Amino acid sequence: MQHIRAHVLVCGGTGCKSSGSKEIQLNFAKYLKEFSIEDEIMIVETGCHGFCANGPLVTIYPEGTFYCRVKPDGVKEIVESHLYKGQIVDRLLYNEPQTQGAIRNHSDIAFYKKQHRLILAHCGLINPEKIEEYIAFGGYMALAKAVTTMTSDEVVDVIKKSGLRGRGGAGFSTGTKWQFARNSVSDKKYVICNADEGDPGVFMDRSVLEGDPHRVLEGMAICGYAIGADEGYIYVRAEYPLAVKRLRIAIEQAEKMGLLGNNIFNSGFNFRLQIKEGAGAFVCGEETALMASIEGKRGMPHPRPPFPASSGLWGKPTNINNVETFANVSEIIKNGAEWYCQFGTETSKGTKVFALTGKINHTGLAEVPMGISMREIIFDIGGGITNGKKFKAVQIGGPSGRCLPESMLDLSVDYDSLTAAGAMMGSGGLVIMDEDTCMVDVAKFFLNFTQSESCGKCTPCREGTERMLEILTRITEGQGREGDIELLENLAKNIKETALCGLGQTAPNPVLSTIKYFRHEYEVHIQEKRCPAGVCEKLTNYVVTETCKGCGLCARNCPVKAISGAVKQRHVINTAVCIKCGTCMTNCPFKAIKKA
Amino acid sequence: MDIIEHKSGCCDSDNPEKAEVDAILAKYIGEKWTLIPILQEIQNLYNYLPKDVLEYVAIQTGIPIADIYGVVTFYSLFHLNPRGRNIIRVCQGTACHICSGKTILETVEKELGVKTGNATADLRFTLETVVCVGACGLAPVMQVNEETYGRLTADRVAEILQKYQ
Repeated sequence: MQHIRAHVLVCGGTGCKSSGSKEIQLNFAKYLKEFSIEDEIMIVETGCHGFCANGPLVTIYPEGTFYCRVKPDGVKEIVESHLYKGQIVDRLLYNEPQTQGAIRNHSDIAFYKKQHRLILAHCGLINPEKIEEYIAFGGYMALAKAVTTMTSDEVVDVIKKSGLRGRGGAGFSTGTKWQFARNSVSDKKYVICNADEGDPGVFMDRSVLEGDPHRVLEGMAICGYAIGADEGYIYVRAEYPLAVKRLRIAIEQAEKMGLLGNNIFNSGFNFRLQIKEGAGAFVCGEETALMASIEGKRGMPHPRPPFPASSGLWGKPTNINNVETFANVSEIIKNGAEWYCQFGTETSKGTKVFALTGKINHTGLAEVPMGISMREIIFDIGGGITNGKKFKAVQIGGPSGRCLPESMLDLSVDYDSLTAAGAMMGSGGLVIMDEDTCMVDVAKFFLNFTQSESCGKCTPCREGTERMLEILTRITEGQGREGDIELLENLAKNIKETALCGLGQTAPNPVLSTIKYFRHEYEVHIQEKRCPAGVCEKLTNYVVTETCKGCGLCARNCPVKAISGAVKQRHVINTAVCIKCGTCMTNCPFKAIKKA
Repeated sequence: MDIIEHKSGCCDSDNPEKAEVDAILAKYIGEKWTLIPILQEIQNLYNYLPKDVLEYVAIQTGIPIADIYGVVTFYSLFHLNPRGRNIIRVCQGTACHICSGKTILETVEKELGVKTGNATADLRFTLETVVCVGACGLAPVMQVNEETYGRLTADRVAEILQKYQ
């Protein structure tokens, strides 16, 4: 047998791919050959490590050395020094911003230290295009255990006891959901995986699909066995081409090995899976809209009841869970409900993956046990705010979520604490905002998104969100009126109570929470016609401060000739002419131009 | 975006493309409600959905053309107009919004001389926006065809577009 003495793991997630990881991989192949060590070292393209801001990432085992932001010309040095001579290239290691020290080992990095990676355990470790690697790490053991040693009721029971709750947002008990579908009597039932991850700034489902697709297939097959379904669909966003490709490969490999198809593990259980690609509609993340889309119709939701568990896809009982929920299933079946219950809080068990984005040092994916504080996620794992700025708010739960201010940072992150605080877990997006972010602008951004994605079926969502957006737009343009805040609150209340589906019912949340915690910002916009953060263009003026040296660069670059002044004299901006493009500010070598 | 009716003439019996459309339809015949995958495959073939092809699909599948039109206009990935050879998608998701994704979009618009949602006259590019490609760690980002470009600045835009003819 060929002896492999080292593995070079090159991250092939979307983040690292766009930072150029393909070229890195090719360079490794080239230089390994050049040093004639290509037979001793294996290159593995893995899924996402979650540390996307520092890509492309390369990990070398057995040492666990973690190189980040690897450049194509750095590869030769790594091959020559590390793999050929056995000396780690310190220059290319990760430098912790807090300690300024180079860190050699993957697991010593603060970003990973506080994480508990259950469902992301294989992401970044195995080759997602090889079923053998998944199986080598215990894959499909849970499916084997379920179909050969447990009854369907026992499987449902274990999932119920584990306390697993839906990771798609609402947090409904997964076991109870399965029980409903199991109890429905029908000749045909379906399992659907909701992989229509549409929330902007959220990408954990994509990372699981790209980095460990078999985990999702296994969870779905176990669900099929539990509820009595023999057919499943994965509804995946067409915007995720890599995830679609890897799912296709995974299904094909599983079928070839008899892990999907007829008579799985000789148990008489049959289960087949199909991929349905979405066609670009956010509302299809809502379960009834998603089923309409699979049926080939306009993806519009319908009122519940009937719930999918009694009448779902083509009128048959259907169980829908999202990617992250299915990804938990195999671990629970393999290790038991008691084992799973040790993670998390009394009512929220297990872990949750969060996507950290915005003004934070470590953008990426972090999987943490439920009950961790928001402060730990943002400051310990996320490495704090970029450029040493001050934290202002965190937006949790995507476009249907809410903004929480600094005073809420010590809140325990679990379903019930968040709900009690008036927020929601949502899909797990955390957008971190600093002092330079305008909260009215943020509310407008999210509402603009939900408004344009409203399917138009019910009036409160179609018309109501449009009216709210008009009001927000006029506030950010200096046309806000007395009473606008109250009008927004009133509209929001009505939309929440009367909209047909989750999209409309939650669309006003970002507006309501920013009014609740940042009401003064709205007031300043309306009463003083001023944007304190300097974001709302129509309310912002550029001014030349006294640090101006009179070099004239700003005046020369101004596209509308709004700047005047003598050489070596402080220049002046004519606000009547200025179009607020910001060119002067970017060009000023003395940072003398400020927004006010 | 203005909807202009385009005819491809593909479904005239003497056009070889008709065979390809027929082959797509044949794959799904007998299955219930497979309109969306049929449309996705036809769009892959033509780059957009020509009106006469949709009419042909309506006749062949028995799905009313009004229903097909309803589905096509509901989903943002279906297009009724010819598209550029290269598709630019500038991300306007949350992270990109906070990291000045709008400036990138404006720069591309200026560079190509078209507004978002349209194709250039020579059909070299179609410019679109997308809400999140999930590469938030690299914000602001844009995609050209399958390629994703991250940590963008306005001055890199022209150089990237140069690569695509």
